[in-house]
Amino acid sequence: MSPLFQGIITILVGVFGCVGYFYAANLLLDKVIFPARGPNIGRNINRATAVRPWLFLLPAILALSVYLVYPVVGSFWRSLFNRSGEEFIGMDNYGALFADDVFRQALFNNALWALVVPAAATFFGLLVAQLTDRLKWGNIAKSLIFMPMAISFVGASLIWKFVYAGDPDIGIINAVRDGLGLDPMDPIQVPFWNNFFLMAILIWIQTGFAMVILSAALRGIPEETVEAAIIDGANPFQLFFKIKVPQIMGTIVVVWTTITILVLKVFDIVYTMTGGNFGTQILPSYMMTLMFRDDGRATAVAVVIMVVVLPVMIWNIRQAQKEMR
Amino acid sequence: MADLILKDVVKSYGDVNVLRDINLDIETGELIVFVGPSGCGKSTLLRMIAGLEKITAGTLSIDGQVMNDVPPAQRGIAMVFQTYALYPHMTVRENMAFALRIAGQSKEEIEQAVNAAAEKLQLTDYLDRLPKALSGGQRQRVAIGRAIVRDPKVYLFDEPLSNLDAALRVATRIEIAQLKEQMPDSTMIYVTHDQVEAMTLASRIVVLANKGIAQVGSPLELYEKPNSEFVAQFIGSPQMNLLEGEIVETGEQTRLNLKRGGGTILSHYPSKPEDQGASVKVGIRPEDMVVAEGEDYAFEGKVDITEALGEVTLLYFEKEALGADPVIAKLSGVHSDRRGKTQRMTAAPERVHVFKDGVSLLYR
Repeated sequence: MSPLFQGIITILVGVFGCVGYFYAANLLLDKVIFPARGPNIGRNINRATAVRPWLFLLPAILALSVYLVYPVVGSFWRSLFNRSGEEFIGMDNYGALFADDVFRQALFNNALWALVVPAAATFFGLLVAQLTDRLKWGNIAKSLIFMPMAISFVGASLIWKFVYAGDPDIGIINAVRDGLGLDPMDPIQVPFWNNFFLMAILIWIQTGFAMVILSAALRGIPEETVEAAIIDGANPFQLFFKIKVPQIMGTIVVVWTTITILVLKVFDIVYTMTGGNFGTQILPSYMMTLMFRDDGRATAVAVVIMVVVLPVMIWNIRQAQKEMR
Repeated sequence: MADLILKDVVKSYGDVNVLRDINLDIETGELIVFVGPSGCGKSTLLRMIAGLEKITAGTLSIDGQVMNDVPPAQRGIAMVFQTYALYPHMTVRENMAFALRIAGQSKEEIEQAVNAAAEKLQLTDYLDRLPKALSGGQRQRVAIGRAIVRDPKVYLFDEPLSNLDAALRVATRIEIAQLKEQMPDSTMIYVTHDQVEAMTLASRIVVLANKGIAQVGSPLELYEKPNSEFVAQFIGSPQMNLLEGEIVETGEQTRLNLKRGGGTILSHYPSKPEDQGASVKVGIRPEDMVVAEGEDYAFEGKVDITEALGEVTLLYFEKEALGADPVIAKLSGVHSDRRGKTQRMTAAPERVHVFKDGVSLLYR
């Protein structure tokens, strides 16, 4: 069977399976288990109504349990075993991690990423959203800035490899250096600062996301509050920072935390650009280097990442819920 | 000295002209109300005075200073918006203090001004609340308070009561009237489409129509001596009846024959000899119609519908043609029994308006 055919079958089975499940389960509930007739008709209708949400939620709950909850528990359990998975070693994997210089470096770099990338992406997104708001060609500018969102992290990394290339005929940075009469260098190998060169890639990608959401939020601000502030004498900066930004603070926080969560999971960029060398290691790519060599240690890293992401995630969901209210 | 002067003001968006030839002198301490049908440009005119819209041509001056290119904050104006336009992230206190903080006033000055305004508007207990924790009427009071703390020369109100429910609207309207009394030296310009607000609040009403000013005058002037059919029908509710007629006797007073029903009526409006035989519109307000007791009557018609409201009864006479405005009479007391009967009506001469080609004979 050709893969294409297989794919189509899978889609059909999936879609019609879902529709079939909901239809059949609903029918079963209404006609067989709690039929809306007979002496207990009122009670039956109430019970059917009480059961129905669970019936519809069941597939989602099952899927989430099997593919999310179980792996979390399973990973934690696995991280308590040694490399081969045969010997229980307690917290030794975690102890070894924190004794490891590369891990500590990755943790530090990750913290740096989590601070710089969301801040920069949100800041630039907000800036672009505000500046393009009144422009005639603002929508074209926005489309261009949004475009990197459509590129995979690996693809983006490859593009930026050209930007950072050592050959002045290829890399723009070295082309500029060459123009100034300086010797070519490899930006990727400059200690510490190379982290920021890698972050630039993710900022480049995520600014579009921040811009789109914040642009919509800015448009949602009642025009009258802005006009009232103009009459009150606010200059453009005060208008922006004292009237507009506070009104979209909820959205800014959601964008910020969403990007933070993404940052804590991204490994592709580091993996593609440096493979974690030259002091650019971060947790997810560090996990990748350990995977298949020492699964116990790798799952321990995964658990650490989860613990780091969790509070941000909870905050993010809380803020998003507040926004929706 | 006139405080705020609009001279030959024009507003266009590209080729589309929305206001033209606006000439208006507003004196210090007046409460001017702009009324007009929706889309007549009354809000645009207010926003031009505020500086939120550019003045295409003509000049706006406040206290003798041309304000066309002066930024809104330096015009000495404050504006109250229909939607309140409170800053949602600031408390009532911060909302009111914002303009003063921007202006760089000292904390003590701001505190004093805010407290004084809050007291005047009974907002002292709410100073530390956010706008979302206030009712519509309280929000509107905060919006007014925000204007008061700035101590402007001119207050601009853009339909401030439109978002309130009926009962609150009356209460807030009275509050605004009292506020005006407390501040006799401040000029207020008030935009509304509600003629009751206009009649009760205004020292002078500006009726806007057809891209320009139709008439300016005190509420009673507009009611008693409208200069055109438009103003006559715009002020007053139900609107003035306009009946086809012919001038049969000219002079200090004018005698008219009415087309429908064939009656005659005398009007206190003077007319010239050459008006003899001219076709005119005879305007009689529903509340001025009285039942003709003797032989003389102006209008005769069959009563189609009666609406008894208790203190008054509205009589709707049969329409002359489909789509025509019905002739309405407002009689005091209950008159439901007149339904279906043919009724002769007349009015006192001083209550009869005469319009020739849409213009009142008084204003030719």
